[in-house]
Amino acid sequence: MKDMMSKKVELMVGFFVALGIAALLMLSLKVANSGISGNGDSYNLLAKFDNIGGLKVRSPIKVGGVVVGRVSDITLDNEDYTPVVTLKIYKEYSRFSEATSVSILTSGLLGEQYVGLQPGFIDDSLETLQPGDYIEDTKPALVLEELIGQFLFSQGSGDE
Amino acid sequence: MQQLQLLGRNTLALISGLGRAVIVLLSALLHTPNPRKGLPLLFAQLYSVGVMSLVIIVVSGGFIGMVLALQGYTILVGYGAEASLGPMVALSLLRELGPVVSALLFAGRAGSALTAEIGLMKATEQLSSLEMMAVDPLRRVIAPRFWAGFISLPLLAAIFSMVGIFGAHLVGVDWLGVDGGTFWSVMQDQVDFNKDILNGIIKSVVFAFVITWIAVYKGYDCEPTSEGISRATTATVVQSSLLVLALDFILTALMFA
Repeated sequence: MKDMMSKKVELMVGFFVALGIAALLMLSLKVANSGISGNGDSYNLLAKFDNIGGLKVRSPIKVGGVVVGRVSDITLDNEDYTPVVTLKIYKEYSRFSEATSVSILTSGLLGEQYVGLQPGFIDDSLETLQPGDYIEDTKPALVLEELIGQFLFSQGSGDE
Repeated sequence: MQQLQLLGRNTLALISGLGRAVIVLLSALLHTPNPRKGLPLLFAQLYSVGVMSLVIIVVSGGFIGMVLALQGYTILVGYGAEASLGPMVALSLLRELGPVVSALLFAGRAGSALTAEIGLMKATEQLSSLEMMAVDPLRRVIAPRFWAGFISLPLLAAIFSMVGIFGAHLVGVDWLGVDGGTFWSVMQDQVDFNKDILNGIIKSVVFAFVITWIAVYKGYDCEPTSEGISRATTATVVQSSLLVLALDFILTALMFA
């Protein structure tokens, strides 16, 4: 009887300590660091941007406001040093044509940046994008400081 | 004159009480541990101090996370900044609410129980009987309870924060419609392991030390009457709660200011 009790106590204590350590691990891995969790089938498209602004891994990819995927990786091309963004798009949206364009947009004035896809028209002469293809037509993120600089520059040249 | 004498008496009582508390702590902890005898005692105390506090910690952590998300959302949505809901909830839980609220709950749930148990042992002269049998009550009774509290509270605080973040996810993402990926990605971007998580753990370690020290000392030092036990239990909860809040301010000033 006493043995049964101490076994139960040890089991519960083990469970408690394991739960505490799991909570610590989860806090340090999931809350403080990134770990991609895939949900559902998906495929990857690539896009080169001149400037990605504040885009982050796991930022959403939207078509007309509907989330169709997530950014899964951001790297720098080793040859021409332009950022390459890997777009992980859900399998159910697999018919984007070659004329698709992609841009980095901001939700609201101060909000998060996300990837906006503009699906191009579908034509017999155009092929659909295959997994691993690059999207050619990209627009970089708008950087506020550059915009202000351009505005000031155009104001200055207008006076002369 | 009488006032002055009262002040002097209280000061002396305070200082001698502090001295006794230090003596209890040191003589309970400063001895070579005996794993074969000590570990089963520690496990039994971990069960009654840690495992039994799990339910109240999980439930209140969940509700606090949910309330934080609800309140934060209604404020942040006015600025169009509901994307910052994740880091707001995570930072307030990891830095403040996780360590502090779980420490307050722990003082009420486990600290009071420790004091009452040890106080009753003293009142029924179990502690004296142990001494009669050449068993040191400080080693046999106080030390495992102290270590159990010291180990349990940081784990409980981590569980509290984790459950709170999932509660906030439940309300913010599943109910109010904040984007789930944004919730996690902005949170991961803002939360730093050393600055936020480690400092939160340090806080809860300090709180655990203070609460269990006060609890075992108050029980060991109480007047061995039913009234004395009730006073000691009240003093444990009140003093450890106040000390936790005051120490939290000092620690926050040291860590984040």
